[in-house]
This record gives sequence, structure tokens and C-alpha cells, in this order.
Amino acid sequence: MSEPLLELKDIKMYFPIKEKVFKKPVNHVKAVNGVSLTVRQGETLGIVGESGCGKSTLARTIVGLLEPSSGDILFEGKSILGYNKKQMHELRRDIQMVYQDPYTSLNPRMKAGEIIAAPLKAFKMTSNLNERVYELLDLVGLKREDAEKFPHQFSGGQRQRIGIARALALNPKLLILDEPVSALDVSVQAQVINLLEDLQEELGLTYVFIAHDLSVIKHIADKVAVMYLGKVMELSDSDTLYHHSKHPYTNALLSAIPLPDPEKERQRQRIMLKGELPSPANPPTGCIFHTRCPIAQESCKQHIPVLEEKDGSNPNHQVACFYPQETEAIVSSN
Amino acid sequence: MLEIKNLKTYIDTENGTVKAVDDVSFQIKAGETICIVGESGSGKSVLAHSIMQLNPSPPAFHPEGEILFEGKNLLDVSEKELRRVRGNEISMIFQDPMSSLNPVFRVGDQLIEAIRSHEKVSKKAAKKRALELLTDVGIPDPERRLHDYPHQFSGGMRQRVLIAIALAGRPKVLIADEPTTALDVTIQAQILELMRSIQKKYGTAIILITHDLGVVAQIADRVLVMYSGRIVEKGSVSDIFYRSTMPYTWSLLRSLPRIDSDASNRLIPIQGQPSNLIDRPKGCHFQPRCPFATKACLEIDPSLTERGEGHWAACILSEEEFFNKKQEFEVNAQKGAVK
Ligand SMILES: Nc1ncnc2c1ncn2[C@@H]1O[C@H](COP(=O)(O)OP(=O)(O)OP(=O)(O)O)[C@@H](O)[C@H]1O
Ligand SMILES: Nc1ncnc2c1ncn2[C@@H]1O[C@H](COP(=O)(O)OP(=O)(O)OP(=O)(O)O)[C@@H](O)[C@H]1O
Ligand code: SF4
Ligand code: SF4
Ligand SMILES: [Mg+2]
Ligand SMILES: [Mg+2]
Repeated sequence: MSEPLLELKDIKMYFPIKEKVFKKPVNHVKAVNGVSLTVRQGETLGIVGESGCGKSTLARTIVGLLEPSSGDILFEGKSILGYNKKQMHELRRDIQMVYQDPYTSLNPRMKAGEIIAAPLKAFKMTSNLNERVYELLDLVGLKREDAEKFPHQFSGGQRQRIGIARALALNPKLLILDEPVSALDVSVQAQVINLLEDLQEELGLTYVFIAHDLSVIKHIADKVAVMYLGKVMELSDSDTLYHHSKHPYTNALLSAIPLPDPEKERQRQRIMLKGELPSPANPPTGCIFHTRCPIAQESCKQHIPVLEEKDGSNPNHQVACFYPQETEAIVSSN
Repeated sequence: MLEIKNLKTYIDTENGTVKAVDDVSFQIKAGETICIVGESGSGKSVLAHSIMQLNPSPPAFHPEGEILFEGKNLLDVSEKELRRVRGNEISMIFQDPMSSLNPVFRVGDQLIEAIRSHEKVSKKAAKKRALELLTDVGIPDPERRLHDYPHQFSGGMRQRVLIAIALAGRPKVLIADEPTTALDVTIQAQILELMRSIQKKYGTAIILITHDLGVVAQIADRVLVMYSGRIVEKGSVSDIFYRSTMPYTWSLLRSLPRIDSDASNRLIPIQGQPSNLIDRPKGCHFQPRCPFATKACLEIDPSLTERGEGHWAACILSEEEFFNKKQEFEVNAQKGAVK
């Protein structure tokens, strides 16, 4: 097994809720609430979960846009939280981010070539600048001429390619991809997914791939973390997760995805979750999923399940639940 | 019950005329669900707005077509009659849930007003009906929620309220434009279930617009596939998913990552970008992206032809030619020759 590239240790990110600007906070939004994950060199960690579960917040702590309230982040074995400005700047070379929205993440007044060249200029890597920009355009399947165009002259899929080229400019080791295909049309999603797969193979990249779509994650990830209200509910190699998930939340998520196959779809049982997502400012006691869990017991309201291995045979499969179980309601291939 | 005949909706813009809906025909019966699928910009919303006569005109106009509802052409009726039809007979749930509820009024007041705009009833009776509707759409504790403002509702709850408002006039046809796109899958499952139970209870005909083929498979009786303002294939849900003879539909299905397939298979994307509705390609509009295109496709703009009972597709390939091309494509895909 390859070396860990990124290690997250019990990361918490609490945002203060203040009623008045200079007053003490009345409460906190517990956006990320104790997440520990390891990403190894060359692999893809997928992070899934519904809107508001803390995926983007976690991503922003990894790239240094947010400083976590507590916990530690190790990159190549070294804690990066104590880094000074200069060290953080250097770290930018190694960790880059691709954003969800190809429409707002690019400066509309800059040409594609300038957008891609910007990180190179920031690091004073300006020798052969044009050549490098062409090389990057080529890498993501765009043409040389495209360097002269403005973002609005590109389609959504092409804009996402520009965002990827910009992120690759400094030869990073780790790419954090926050919903990189969610805003794209289905017919174009596959183009970008294939591109990301090819780039990973060609450049030996490591990915943290965030999405709310479990089908996309299944396709691209080696390992998947399922998040709910700021916590990881289940963590596993992708194969096991999609065939033998054990957490009631994962099971419900998988059963809720409509399959593009009317016969399967009409025979299928669905686990309907009751109610709505609780507020991350006041998460439920005990197991945070208990208010919606179809198999919750009295004790789940008091005790907090830890994320741990549940069947001795697969140490890569961890579940945070007192009553983990597989279900018929999910579908596996063939 | 509702029949659309050769409908064209064109929109004048600075850059030219957008042929957003171009010769579309279909009909829907009571209790039936039709899904309209297609990628962004293919004309789905403009089509839905056309049925309700909600496209601002000008710039939108109908060079041709009829919208027949219970025998009357909605393109010819008076504004007064149209207002009666809208909401009482046909109602719509719009694509953006935030923009369709007024943030400064209480949810209950908006619902009561919707009811009173359809029926002359007392405030008290309207409130009673509002409570019934909120219960119908599965809002817990409806009495209390009547006094809340839209921002106090989650996305899923707001969508339920919009469904309640759309149902206020007991419509025969409900048009829902991407009603679940902004929602999480577990909430989407709840909303689709809700729409189905309402349909069962009231026999409502539903036209559901989506770009999610999973949702289509789950809920549709019949399907219209749109590409660049046209219907390129229509048929029963099984015609579309199992017997498609239209390269666009087929490639779309082929390009999806799915949880019920082997993840190690490489995805096969559709090349290129959706076409521009002002300056559409010559010949078949799908030709620049079609994996099966032949020389003839540059010249011929195929119209819908019948492929089986109620199954229509717009492509010049015969069934046999289509099948052979498909075989050949799969073989190449296996070899990794398709990028
Ligand atoms: N700067 C902030 N201040 C206060 N609360 C915040 C801030 N950023 C995020 N939050 C809250 O933290 C929670 C997690 O948000 P986050 O954006 O990480 O979710 P997400 O999983 O990325 O959701 P989505 O799928 O919608 O992108 C949400 O409740 C959000 O409102
Ligand atoms: N008021 C308008 N003025 C000019 N063009 C318009 C107008 N409304 C829509 N269009 C154009 O008509 C075409 C069809 O748009 P429509 O909104 O129907 O697409 P859609 O299929 O609903 O897409 P989406 O999936 O993104 O909702 C698009 O090219 C759009 O830019
Ligand atoms: S611990 Fe209890 S409430 Fe939580 S997921 Fe497991 S069964 Fe459900
Ligand atoms: S007519 Fe030609 S280009 Fe159009 S869908 Fe058929 S094969 Fe493809
Ligand atoms: Mg996010
Ligand atoms: Mg639309």
C-alpha cells in the first residue's frame, strides 16, 4: 500500500452564530464535527453526503482557506496547521482545488490563457510561460487558440476544463475537487470524468473528490466516506460500500438513487427517510442520525456510535452505528 | 385531454430568433405521467411555459401550432378564459422554488390566497382547505406552519408547499418543471412519492420535466426526449429505455455513470456541446455529435417516424442500420477505441 499523502485527524470546524457583531457567540454551526480520514498517494477518496453535511467546509480546511477549530492536518506526514504564510504559500503548489461552479469560479475579464497562467506567475515560474499554458490546454483537451478566449465564450464543460488546467499548472500532488461535474449536463459530465481519470493516471495525482451523486463517486473513487451532519457515518473501499453497505444512512441514500432502468426501478424497495435534516447548530444527541433512522433504538438517543470496523474480515470498512446491517433495498451491479 | 399540435415557440433576441420549441406534438390523458427529458437549453421550460401561455410575448411568438385543452385552442382564447384555465385546470410548479414563493408573506396567507383566487369561498373555508392541502402534501403540524415564512422551511418543505399551491384549484394537469433537481436524493424520493400518491388520489395528469433519466425511469408512463427544441424520440418508458432507435437517446443512456454497473468500465461520453438554438447545424441537428452520423445526415433533417405503436424517433437510420452501428460501436468501445 502506498504512503499516506493526506491525513485528517479529528477535524472540527465550528462557525460561531452571533446575535450581535461584537458579542460572544450564542451557539455554533458544527459544520465539520470530528472527521478523521487518510488519503494515500495515487488514490481517490470520494466524499458524499447531502447538502449541508460539511463537504465543502472540509475541503476548504484542507486547502487552507479555513483554519479548523480543532484537529490536525498532515500532508506528507507533516502537520500543516502551524505553517506560517510563506510555508502555506509553498504548500499551494502541492494542494490545489477545483470548484463546483464553472460559471463563477473563473474571472470573466481574464482570458483563458491568463487564468491558467496566473498561478505560474504567482510562483514566478514565467520562463516558457506560453509553452506551459499551451501544454496545459492540450492536457485538458482544449485548443491553443482557446487561450485567447474569455470564459463566457466557453460552454460549462469547457470552463470546467479551464478550472482543471489552472489547478494543474503548478504540478500539484493533491487535487481537491468540490463537485466538479455537478453543474454540467449529463452528456458532458462523462467527458470531464474521463479527463480526470486520464490525468490521474498520466500524472500520478491523488484526488479528494466531493459529490452528492453516489453514481459519480462509485465510478471514480477507490474509497468512499459518507458524511452526515459533519460526521463520517461509513468509510470503506468503494466495492464494499456499494455492495455491502451497513450504515442505515448509506443504505437509505443508495436506495433513494433512481436507476435509469424502469424495470429494476419498479421492482425496487425504497427506504424512505422520515423528516428533514436537523440543523447543524443543534445536532441530535447520541447518534446524530437517530431522528431519521428507520431502525433507531432508544439507546441511540443517548450513546454516540464511533466509526469503527464491524466485521473482522475487512479492516477497510468502518461504520458508525450500533446496529449495522446490510439490506436488500440497495442494488448492486448485475 | 391536453393535446399539443405542431407547436412552435420562437423568441426574438438581439442575436437572432431562438427556435426554442420547434414543431412539437404530443398528448396526455388523465392519470398519466409524461416526462420530458433533455439537456440544458433544449427547450423544456419554454415548452412548459408555452402550455400555460406564460412566455412574455413579445419576444416570444408562435408561428404555428395549437394547444388543445378539452377541445379549445388555448392560443385563441381570451385572457379571462386563460386565467381560469391556469391554476383551475392546468397548473405549474416552476423550476426555481425560491423565486416562486414570496418571501415577505406567510406561507398560509399565500396558500389561502391561491385557493381564493380559484374559488369564491370564505376565508374560513379557505383556511380549512389550506390545512387539508398541507396535510395532503405531508407537512407535519400544518396548523402551526401556516404562520411561518418561506425561509423557515427547508428546500423539501418549500417544494411541498408549492405542490400544495399548485393543487389548490384541483387542476386536471400538473406541469412540474424540475421539481426535485435542487433537492437531495432522499428528499427527492419523498417528493416523487408524494406526486404519485396525489395522482392516484385525484387522477391528475402530470407532465414532469427533468434531465435525470433515473427519475424518468422511476415515474414516467411515457417519455418525450428533446434535443435542440425538437422532440427527437417519444414512446413508452420501455420503448425509450429498452428499444430506443435514436442515437441521441441511446448515447445519453450509454454515458451515465450508474450505481448498478461495473465502475471499472470507462464512461462513453457524447462528444461536443449541445447545439445553439439560433444557428442550428445543417441536416440533422444532432449530427455534429452523433457517433453514428453518415454523409446523408449533413443534408437530411429527419422528422419523427413511427417505430412501433406509439414509439416515434427522428433519425434517418433504419432499425437494422441502427442496430449494426450500435454493435460496431460496442466492439470499438471494448477495444478502448472510443475516446
Ligand atoms: N462561513 C460559514 N459561516 C457559518 N456557517 C457556515 C459557513 N460555511 C458553511 N456553513 C454551514 O456549515 C454547514 C456545512 O456547509 P457546507 O457548505 O460545508 O456543506 P456541503 O456539504 O458542501 O453542502 P452542499 O452539498 O450544499 O455544497 C451548513 O449548515 C452551512 O450553512
Ligand atoms: N426569454 C428568453 N429570451 C431569449 N432566449 C430565451 C428566453 N427563454 C429561453 N430562451 C432560450 O431558449 C432555449 C430553451 O430554453 P429553456 O429554458 O426552455 O431550456 P431548458 O430545456 O428548460 O433548460 P434547463 O435544463 O437548463 O432548464 C435556450 O437556448 C434559452 O437560452
Ligand atoms: S446508531 Fe442507532 S440511530 Fe444511529 S444509525 Fe445506528 S441504528 Fe440508527
Ligand atoms: S440522422 Fe444521422 S446524425 Fe441524426 S441521429 Fe440519425 S444517424 Fe445521427
Ligand atoms: Mg458544497
Ligand atoms: Mg428549464
